[in-house]
Amino acid sequence: MNGTDRITLTDVTFRYDEAPEPALSGISAAVHPGEFVAVLGHNGSGKSTLAKLINALYLPTEGNVVVCGYDTRKEELVWEIRRRAGMIFQNPDNQIVATVVREDVAFGLENLGVPTDEMIPRIESALSTVRMNRFENSAPHTLSGGQKQRVAIAGILAMEPSVIIADEATAMLDPSGRKEVLETVRMLNRQKGITVVWITHFMEEAALADRVLVITGGKIQAEGAPREVFDRVEEMRKMHLDVPHMTALADQLRSEGMPLPSGIMTVDDMVREVSRLLCPSKSVT
Amino acid sequence: MLNNITLGQYYPVDSPVHRLDPRVKLLLTIVFIVAVFLAKSWIGYLLLTAFIVFSARMAHVPLNMLFRGLKPLRLILIITFLLNLFFTAGDTVWVSFWVIRITKEGFLMALFYSLRLMFLVVGTSLLTLTTSPVALSDALEILLSPLKVIRFPAHELAMMMTIALRFVPTLLEEADKIMKAQMARGADFETGNLVTRARAMVPLLVPLFVSAFRRASDLAMAMESRCYHGGEGRTRLRVLKLTGNDAAACGITAVFLALIILEGILF
Repeated sequence: MNGTDRITLTDVTFRYDEAPEPALSGISAAVHPGEFVAVLGHNGSGKSTLAKLINALYLPTEGNVVVCGYDTRKEELVWEIRRRAGMIFQNPDNQIVATVVREDVAFGLENLGVPTDEMIPRIESALSTVRMNRFENSAPHTLSGGQKQRVAIAGILAMEPSVIIADEATAMLDPSGRKEVLETVRMLNRQKGITVVWITHFMEEAALADRVLVITGGKIQAEGAPREVFDRVEEMRKMHLDVPHMTALADQLRSEGMPLPSGIMTVDDMVREVSRLLCPSKSVT
Repeated sequence: MLNNITLGQYYPVDSPVHRLDPRVKLLLTIVFIVAVFLAKSWIGYLLLTAFIVFSARMAHVPLNMLFRGLKPLRLILIITFLLNLFFTAGDTVWVSFWVIRITKEGFLMALFYSLRLMFLVVGTSLLTLTTSPVALSDALEILLSPLKVIRFPAHELAMMMTIALRFVPTLLEEADKIMKAQMARGADFETGNLVTRARAMVPLLVPLFVSAFRRASDLAMAMESRCYHGGEGRTRLRVLKLTGNDAAACGITAVFLALIILEGILF
């Protein structure tokens, strides 16, 4: 991981053809190597557009997007950008191309022109990283949603990317599938140092990130560590975003006069702080 | 109601024929079709039968499985037989009354034509029974790739076949879901005459098509984001390799073809 692995957006505006309003306007942001950044926003906020700009699927109307040192406007660099910044999409069915799992993982490698002998170990290691090696000869339609998303992750992993962009990758999954996909991506972030841009509308997922960007109406409204961002409860409500349940509860208790500190996001945080208030002598760890 | 659909008629067992290179199998099937048209006499047809039975044995495909492909064709077979029987000119009259004249030549012609049709179907069935659709699309891509010079889209064709195969179960599942949803709202797909039933399919087909287009657009984007840019410079995970097995199959077929040609000259 070196300094050029960062993603920088400078004053980016994007307008869909014939749309009166730009989907994104004046976005400036940076994602640092090895970081796990959550992009939070409700439907139509422009967060998916942002993902597609990073993958060079869309080109900015104004401004620049630079991924791993490459400007997405340079046409000859498009394939290099897409190899380095792999993308997982929302619908698990609509991103699997082949009829067998291992062949789908091979798809990206085939496109890059990787020799066959080199392909096989890369596919095997990618599948075992996401713990899907048992299913390498299965047909995709026999897998669960979470498993399909893990296959999609393996397909990207085989291309040895430095960034993974997940565009609402958990939105169509059940709670257990959501957990298994999120855990897989977090593990890749921690163990392989892969930068993650995690686009979501689930607060609980964003709470696990290193940094949160909140997007509404095509603009970045808030940015910072999850604890700082979620403490601005009133502001978040105005943006039609929910804060995690425990943050909202803490806010309510605080307004009732309970001296709770800020930064409460999970049930564990709440238990710790409440028990500290109730019996200050023996604090629970 | 739409589950349990197997694609094509692939018969998944392990056999020397299944293991043959799909390109070789495709080419040998074409050779067999040529041989069917070269056969002229009883000996020729005996040879064809022997070849088919031998191949089916080698492929571990039961014969009734092989002949199942003939079932939808029975009407055409009967018509072919009758037309040739009644309308072939000949000298050796067997039966003659009113306008009907059955001759020995007519009978033989009818028999041979029907047999020829049957051999064509059985021969190609043997190919599809022993070759998975994916392997067949691979073989087609490679065999058709020389035509790229005249801009024939060999790679695109194979890619389309693969994607279609991939999405058939997904779309079937979806059709089933939509059908149940419409039935829950009182839609009736089963009663009425043909026209009413066809009309009842509209609320099933419209959402299915809308979703298929949406899937196509999503998939195109996903493929692009995984660096897909056509067949140029692409490598393949599945590499087809010729083995001794393939050489043996070619040898046997060559001997068979030679015998058929010899038969054509001698008899």
